[in-house]
Amino acid sequence: MILNVICIVLVVLGIVFFVGGAVGIVRFPDFYTRMHAAGKGDTMSVFMVLIGLAVYQLSDFNLANLLIAGKIFFITIFIMWASPTSTHALIKAGLEEGQEVWTRKEKTDTEDTP
Amino acid sequence: MHRLCIFLLLFGIWIIFSGQFDAFHLALGLISTALVTAISSEFFFADRSREAGARIQEIIRLPWYLAWMLYQILLSNLHILKLALSPGDMPEVQPRLVRIKTGLKTDFAKWFLANSITLTPGTITIDIEGDELLIHSISEVTTTGVEDDAMERKIASIFERGND
Repeated sequence: MILNVICIVLVVLGIVFFVGGAVGIVRFPDFYTRMHAAGKGDTMSVFMVLIGLAVYQLSDFNLANLLIAGKIFFITIFIMWASPTSTHALIKAGLEEGQEVWTRKEKTDTEDTP
Repeated sequence: MHRLCIFLLLFGIWIIFSGQFDAFHLALGLISTALVTAISSEFFFADRSREAGARIQEIIRLPWYLAWMLYQILLSNLHILKLALSPGDMPEVQPRLVRIKTGLKTDFAKWFLANSITLTPGTITIDIEGDELLIHSISEVTTTGVEDDAMERKIASIFERGND
């Protein structure tokens, strides 16, 4: 029962982070900031959803389910490892290809309000 | 010695992945694990200059760092979530490139720091040049977060204690 509650909370929080990441991909101004949303918003959300599923497996405790939870844990570790690496590779490729880094112009606010 | 470590590690992974405990599957696991160990043991733990005791101490200290790391990831994920959902033209989004110097010496510790920075949402390590890290940061908060050297000190206390 308690495990069920933990599982539901983790999965729902993970989905909230997923939504934040998806909204960020659409709204952020340039390639680099979008990579922040795409590459890393997902790390936490995938982590939470997978840990939630592992906890769900453990609610009916036996050896087979424990092994499944262990496999899910391995997937989590792999994602925590692979996600920053691929994000870094994409960003570095973008910089070498010559994508401009969008920076906020300090003057725009004063120009808008004369 | 290191071959034994690799063998036990791989065999443990085999047991978790296969989930079968009869003699046939365990024997298959033993054979394939021994084969992989024989072929590729040279590639793992390439730096064997340090003693096993020091290694084990590093492994013991690592989980505390990972727990702290997880908390940091949660905090900055909330920050990114707030940024993504903030109204208007998102005034808090102020991306810039940051260069920080690191005092870490070994390649592994530098890699660990770079990966930790990338894993923390809002900052991505683009490149490591010598002892300088080139980092893309999304807002003021994450910039000050990465310029603070708390993370670096923690990594140094795990991997480079007593090396100086």
